[in-house]
Amino acid sequence: MTAEADLFKALGDATRRIILDELSEQDGQTLFEICGRLTMKHGLASSRQAISQHLAVLEQAGLVHTRRQGRYKFHHLDTGPLRSIVERWPIDREEPSP
Amino acid sequence: MRINITSVLVDDQAKALAFYTDKLGFTKKTDVPAGDARWLTVVSPADPDGVELLLEPDGHPAARPFKNALVGDGIPYTQFAVDDVYAEVERLKGLGVEFTQEATDLGPVVTAVLDDTCGNLIQLATMK
Repeated sequence: MTAEADLFKALGDATRRIILDELSEQDGQTLFEICGRLTMKHGLASSRQAISQHLAVLEQAGLVHTRRQGRYKFHHLDTGPLRSIVERWPIDREEPSP
Repeated sequence: MRINITSVLVDDQAKALAFYTDKLGFTKKTDVPAGDARWLTVVSPADPDGVELLLEPDGHPAARPFKNALVGDGIPYTQFAVDDVYAEVERLKGLGVEFTQEATDLGPVVTAVLDDTCGNLIQLATMK
């Protein structure tokens, strides 16, 4: 129940959804790259601390995993937790187009 | 007033000279003894009379914690301009250079971030 609450909370914020979009486009990003993408591509002027907090929420929900490689820390997307959504509310098979 | 020198804090001047010349393609400009270190600068062959890059020893106790904190978050403190980031990334990867950020289109600019092996991340940029 808590895990589910964490998941929906994480998805409930537009900036966090954009972070997931960007990690979906390029997996394994440093905090710097994520900040750069949000600023330059999306015009979001959040502080590095704010982005860091967003990432912590995503990590708490299991949607982002961090990996230390050498001296740098990379953030990876994990869409696994989203499975619980379609398991709870299955998606109907698409009708074949006429 | 004009900018004539900017610095990168390197953990080993000889190693830094090799990386900045052999891999990145700069040329050595000044190399004179300065105490137990060297006054060691490189320039771009495209602009030999332009801004010099000083390969400055990072021996000050505050330098390495500062550098480590930046590198941990992937932050490049220094930027170099290149004609084509995509091509330069390919060239440097061929020389074994490690990147923390692939060539990324950010709208007005394409950037990538490499590890200079001397404790710094360096950004490459091509303005569109």
